[in-house]
Amino acid sequence: MTAMHFSETVTGGFFFLAPWLVFAPLTGLLINVIFGKRFNERTVGTIASLASGAAFVVSVLLAYSVSLNHGEVVRWRLAEWIHIGTLHLDWTFRIDSLSTTMMLVVSGVGTLIHIYAIGYMHEDVRFKHEEGRFNRFFIYLNLFIAAMMILVSGDSYMMLFVGWEGVGLCSFLLIGFWYEFDTLGRSSWANSNAAKKAFITNRVGDFGFLIAGFLMFWYLGSFQFDEVFAAVAAAPQEIIVAITIFMLIGVAGKSAQIPLYIWLPDAMAGPTPVSALIHAATMVTAGVYLITRSAPLYSSVPEAQYIVAMVGAITALFAATIAVGQYDIKKVLAYSTISQLGFMVAAVGMGAYVAGMFHLMTHAFFKALLFLSAGSVILGLERGHHAHAHHAAHDDHGKKKKEGKKKEEQHGHGDEDHGEVFDPGDMRNMGGLRKTMPVTFWLYIIGTLALAGIFPFAGFWSKDEILLDASLHYPAVYWLLTAAAFFTAFYMGRQIWMVFFGQARTDAAKHAEESPKVMTVPLMVLAVLSVVGGALNLPFEGFHNLGHWLGHTLGEVEGLPLNLQVAGISTALALIAILISWFLYGRNPLKTGQIDPLKKPLGFVFTGMENKWFVDEGYGVLIIKPFKWISQFLADVIDWRFWHDFVHETVILGAYNWISNSALNEYTDQKGIDAFANWLGTATQWISGLMRKVQNGFVRSYALSVLLGVVLILGYLIFK
Amino acid sequence: MIPVDYYVALSAVLFSIGALGVLIRRNPLIIFMSIELMLNAANLAFVAFGRSHEIQTGEPFFGGQIFVFFVIAVAAAEVAVGLALIVEIFKTKKNINIDELNSLKG
Repeated sequence: MTAMHFSETVTGGFFFLAPWLVFAPLTGLLINVIFGKRFNERTVGTIASLASGAAFVVSVLLAYSVSLNHGEVVRWRLAEWIHIGTLHLDWTFRIDSLSTTMMLVVSGVGTLIHIYAIGYMHEDVRFKHEEGRFNRFFIYLNLFIAAMMILVSGDSYMMLFVGWEGVGLCSFLLIGFWYEFDTLGRSSWANSNAAKKAFITNRVGDFGFLIAGFLMFWYLGSFQFDEVFAAVAAAPQEIIVAITIFMLIGVAGKSAQIPLYIWLPDAMAGPTPVSALIHAATMVTAGVYLITRSAPLYSSVPEAQYIVAMVGAITALFAATIAVGQYDIKKVLAYSTISQLGFMVAAVGMGAYVAGMFHLMTHAFFKALLFLSAGSVILGLERGHHAHAHHAAHDDHGKKKKEGKKKEEQHGHGDEDHGEVFDPGDMRNMGGLRKTMPVTFWLYIIGTLALAGIFPFAGFWSKDEILLDASLHYPAVYWLLTAAAFFTAFYMGRQIWMVFFGQARTDAAKHAEESPKVMTVPLMVLAVLSVVGGALNLPFEGFHNLGHWLGHTLGEVEGLPLNLQVAGISTALALIAILISWFLYGRNPLKTGQIDPLKKPLGFVFTGMENKWFVDEGYGVLIIKPFKWISQFLADVIDWRFWHDFVHETVILGAYNWISNSALNEYTDQKGIDAFANWLGTATQWISGLMRKVQNGFVRSYALSVLLGVVLILGYLIFK
Repeated sequence: MIPVDYYVALSAVLFSIGALGVLIRRNPLIIFMSIELMLNAANLAFVAFGRSHEIQTGEPFFGGQIFVFFVIAVAAAEVAVGLALIVEIFKTKKNINIDELNSLKG
């Protein structure tokens, strides 16, 4: 903690722009919400991209200001937020080297993905016959950028949590963007179920985050980062362990670590730019950022650090093995993302925060590149499929298109009238794409080499730094991560051979078309970053730029020199893995309908990889089934039979009925008040019946009455 | 000299006869005559008590006689009205039996 200066007053620089990190995307969002319906697609996309780009410009200016300010923390207070009792929370932007790094990654990669999405969504909405939804996609994307900016620029755990929930919401909205379809475009609730799975799994993680927050406030007395960190030394050790472990649950939810990673592969239901932006480059790294931000907490409890590192390392290896057995191009990348997030979590768990952040940045570049290229491949196949289908059935195609929407609702995707559903994401449907999609092919190769950790691509440097840190302090983590790196290179090699080499296995792959420039140019930028991104933090004396930069926030760390042994082992393993993958998939390309060549030698192990080690099924039996049973029990027995049937219907309604019908209506009203009123009536009638006899019409009897009256009165007067 | 008690007794007898006549006779003319009887019983009582008072005090006292004149005047007026009524009733009902004049019966 070298840079613990609370400079509330700002000295020069562009710090006053900090609120525009959030307001810029929100402005774009509002413009598109209000006027989006009237704009054409290009305008909508441009506005959204400009909004995100403005946030990037602000991030650059802020980073520049921080460097002018010698890396000192600047806290830009925007508004008072919550002031209750001893809790004083303000809406304060925290601008230091760590947060500006995250801002640059989020807004930079985010802007490129915005631009790419203009091209991608243009076609995607047309394949799904839902042109009107183009605008909504960019509204969600801008909302995500705004939420992510709140997350990374917050000055307290609560503000971070607001962003944390905001990105979770955007993740939910965007996974379920095609909520009425499944991933193949058929009518189904599969996509919305995937969205719900992501949201609910993240709820479990958020529960951990909240508990950590409560403990923090209770024992450390604040949510504000500096105050929390200052209180760590005086707090009991067990409390810090509890806080960090509960926080790890939150991290496991958001950053897809064991045991909560299961939502991320399903999240591939979202459009591919979403997978790239949210589920690879930015949102899922929020957990890594959280641990890095909480470095003073974690550094004070080595037990918790060890647990974090092991969770990350096991996740890295576990997810990498699953990726080997996947056929969906995006699923492979999804498990790869989980695996790489495992690398980052392991790194920050070991205290190698710079290495973790370094890998976070390079991973954002090359994984966004891979995902977006995969999106390009999928669309290329979709184009090929449509062109081929159009060619085959051009007679009734025009007619079909008109009633396409209606037909879709009844029979699924309008174009799948020949029964078989074509999956443009299945690698078994690809093959030979290097000829039809050359640009995408080269971009994919660059992303793959970066991910596999081949010298001199970005991934080599960042992964190597993590492995080096692990080899020095945590041998178990080192071996797990090295094995994961081996599998990483293998499944990426397998993907390359299956997708781009060999012969086209379907007509769609044969007729695949290259993507337009609006999609490929952002990819080229990302590709350049994937190649040179390693220069951010080279392991040579004087080149630890990122380490030095983040050192302003995290404390100066020693920059490790390149260890040829560690780097050599990992590179050699990666090359061997690629060689094996060539031996299996490249030498004899997969034929149409052929089973995976790994299936025979590995047997049931491969079946396990193919089926994600049956984790989802395990969760189904262990958690979801009992949970459903409990919900069923609570709904049927407790709620319906006990509360509704017994308490409400029998006791309360019965008592009410008894009171109103018997007690009040029958006894009080009818037999009490009514009876008295009726008695008054009958009594009056009876009395008047008696009295009318006096009025007999005989004058003489009246006279007699008068006489008797007079006699009585006189008698009274005389004898009184 | 005849004591005042005798007059009062006679007055009472006359009043009773008159009252009895009013109560039991059905002809309105006779009832009127009975009413005259009662009024005159009252007149007798007035005169008797007035004279008795004059004797007791030894001073001339005309209050009783004066009151009798009023009663006679009122009785004459009453008879005039009453007979007119009876004539009118007879004209409409052709009957003056008092027991059949019961249209106010309850």
